[in-house]
Amino acid sequence: MSNLPEQLRYAASHEWIKVEGAVGTVGITDHAQHELSDVVYVDLPKVGAQITAGTTVAVIESVKAASDIYAPVSGEVVEVNGDLVKKPELVNQDPYGAAWLFRIKLSKPTELDSLKDAAGYKAQIGG
Amino acid sequence: MTDPTTLQKTALFTAHQKLDARLVEFGGWHMPVQYGGIVEEHKAVREAAGVFDISHMGEFFVSGPNAAAFLNGLLTNDVAKLADGQGQYTLMLNEQGSVIDDLIIYRQARDQYFLVVNASKIEEDRAWMGKKIPAAVHFSDKSHDYSALALQGPKALEIARAFFGPGWPEPKRNEITTYSWNCQEILTARTGYTGEDGIEIFFKHEIAENFFFALLEAGKPFGLKPCGLGARDTLRLEACLPLNGNDLSDKRTPLEAGLGIFISLTKEANFPGKDVLLRQKSEGLKEKLIAFRLKDKGPPPRPHYLLFQGATQVGEVTSGAPSPTLGYGIGLAYVRADCATPGTGLDLEVRGARVPVEVVKKPFYKRVG
Repeated sequence: MSNLPEQLRYAASHEWIKVEGAVGTVGITDHAQHELSDVVYVDLPKVGAQITAGTTVAVIESVKAASDIYAPVSGEVVEVNGDLVKKPELVNQDPYGAAWLFRIKLSKPTELDSLKDAAGYKAQIGG
Repeated sequence: MTDPTTLQKTALFTAHQKLDARLVEFGGWHMPVQYGGIVEEHKAVREAAGVFDISHMGEFFVSGPNAAAFLNGLLTNDVAKLADGQGQYTLMLNEQGSVIDDLIIYRQARDQYFLVVNASKIEEDRAWMGKKIPAAVHFSDKSHDYSALALQGPKALEIARAFFGPGWPEPKRNEITTYSWNCQEILTARTGYTGEDGIEIFFKHEIAENFFFALLEAGKPFGLKPCGLGARDTLRLEACLPLNGNDLSDKRTPLEAGLGIFISLTKEANFPGKDVLLRQKSEGLKEKLIAFRLKDKGPPPRPHYLLFQGATQVGEVTSGAPSPTLGYGIGLAYVRADCATPGTGLDLEVRGARVPVEVVKKPFYKRVG
């Protein structure tokens, strides 16, 4: 059974976002980390990057493959998680906490309305 | 994309499902890529033992008074060097000297040989051999009858001894012996594809699931884990064992791949491609298969990534992965011969960015003691 915190919003491409004021913290879901299995490298965006919702913003590499991570919303990257350089395995261990990927200042908050809530994402992954 | 309904299943398919394996398509087969996780399985093989389903591989029997001569005129290594019960790694080349398949051939008796070939090449190998086989030599493709397991790791032999009991004729390195398990004849060979000690076990389908679960049970106290193709690939890459289709292909000769010790250019028998190899040896190689590693933490190398020296492309990756044992990315690549010396610094292109790598001596990993 996949872990699904209630207060997050979810993209169909398995990213979550936690919004506090104008800034959202983004990571990938427990379902996604389980599908990826052992994460060995995380390629994060640069601070200051302007990103558009739905475009590739990061890459997470597992033993066998590189997986694109998509921005759930548009905006400017204000912080990235440097802990993932030394410890990429955090993505498997704590996908909603210590393995947040980046923080983004939202440019179009209404985009959040297109994201799913926990129940909607749960239905998508067949939970 | 292969239609999943046409994929073949080994006799252990149900067993893999019972063990909650993640199944993927490999060479036309449903195979487990992992059970618990690739890194966990890889470490089990390095530290204790793992067992792999290798039933998708091909098993050929070649027999008759002219079998040895036929095989020596077909394969690169010298079959005449084999004693009864001995095996050797060898290659089958086309007329251009490039690789059709790499395989292990075992001499069971003077007129009886057992060949284990790659799953993806069974049909092609059979067709190639079938065209060349003389009337007096008997060839039999028994791939559909046989299942096989690879039991590998520092504890593999201990587990085998405990499982088979004192009556088991333990093969020495590269040897193969016959044994009766539950009244069924099985073959056990002291060979493997992981860089660890271990055995490969061949038996008929009918006993596969019983054998597999019985072995897992016997190995549990030693830390034996079922392992999938994901770990099989990272293990063989650390040991610099080539993979046909990646590091070997019908575009490359085994000399370019650095496999000279498995080619006898001095044996009298003339095998397809021998003349090409002799010429290549005297002219020198233009490209060589090298091992390289990332110098720091970074993205793992992947097949088809390009290698540069400054602005010039000098090579292409054929195999690449993160190394669970070593903790950095490793790979094999064909590069221009003048860039092949260990210590040479090159740049790996990953998603448009250049990552520094270094050519290193093979293998990346070798068990000591």
